[in-house]
Amino acid sequence: MHELAITQSMFDLVLEQAKKAGAKKVGKINLVIGEMTGVVGDCVQFYFDFISKGTLAEGAVLSFVMVPPKARCQGCDKLFELKEFDWTCPYCGGNNLQIVAGKELFVESIEVE
Amino acid sequence: MEIKVLKDILNANEQIAGRNRQLLDSKGVFAVNLMSSPGAGKTSLILETIRKLKGETGIGVIEGDISSSLDAETIGKEGVPVIQINTGGTCHLDANMLSSALSNVPFEDIELLLIENVGNLVCPASFALGEHKKVVISSIPEGDDKPFKYPLMFDIADAVLINKIDLLPYLKFDTQAFSQAIRGINEKVEIFQVSCATGQGIQEWVSWLLTQMSQR
Repeated sequence: MHELAITQSMFDLVLEQAKKAGAKKVGKINLVIGEMTGVVGDCVQFYFDFISKGTLAEGAVLSFVMVPPKARCQGCDKLFELKEFDWTCPYCGGNNLQIVAGKELFVESIEVE
Repeated sequence: MEIKVLKDILNANEQIAGRNRQLLDSKGVFAVNLMSSPGAGKTSLILETIRKLKGETGIGVIEGDISSSLDAETIGKEGVPVIQINTGGTCHLDANMLSSALSNVPFEDIELLLIENVGNLVCPASFALGEHKKVVISSIPEGDDKPFKYPLMFDIADAVLINKIDLLPYLKFDTQAFSQAIRGINEKVEIFQVSCATGQGIQEWVSWLLTQMSQR
């Protein structure tokens, strides 16, 4: 739902970095998106194609690494993937967890010419 | 050529949020970002909070809505300053929108700023505004599965209010399971059971709010 704002911020960030590097064209943008953010890749691509028209990032391929939510059990310290409707530790049954992955929203790298 | 970026996409928003926070701190104003799904009772809670603190604490309200100024008009009747933000279709407030709204806030008259975000449990969770506390309002008719469906919102909350608690006898909602799920991922969260219709729990909520303001 909030992809337009996120895509605009991402585009601004990419353009700033590309210009700083003296690039003529951005070929690829590698993004890391945590599933908990609810950001939909197709939606980002749709907005990106629109926003980037006529810029050096026009036509850039977006690559998404989607990160599933992971938690660490505060009881036994084990790390596991957080299931949708069961927030208990599969190792010790504890339910005091700390979410350690799945909230990411960053640009990993860009490929420029 | 590959360039490593490793930068948060919302970095620009975070920076503006930081500036908002500095401004609020310099004016001695405590800001609370109220988030919930549509209809959970954000406006009603603001009204109850104003009524409880009238004459004691100066309150200002920022109303975020996709369109219309209905809520702002309702709150304006309470005689507190209200600033409306119409997001024009955007499903959340961001730091930049708050920054513009802050230029219209009469800081000299207020100590507490209540910010009503757009009704939505997804997007507002990602956008810091510069607030001191994030408060999530859930309500009995929404069902007790919301923490599992919108974990990020409950993960970032400083306090969660279970509103419309007076409807508990009529609807299926396990308050214990709901609270346990949230505490499981967010140890420090405060949870209140309230009803804006009967006034139940409002005193506890307001006391917590005043404590947070004084401990800042």
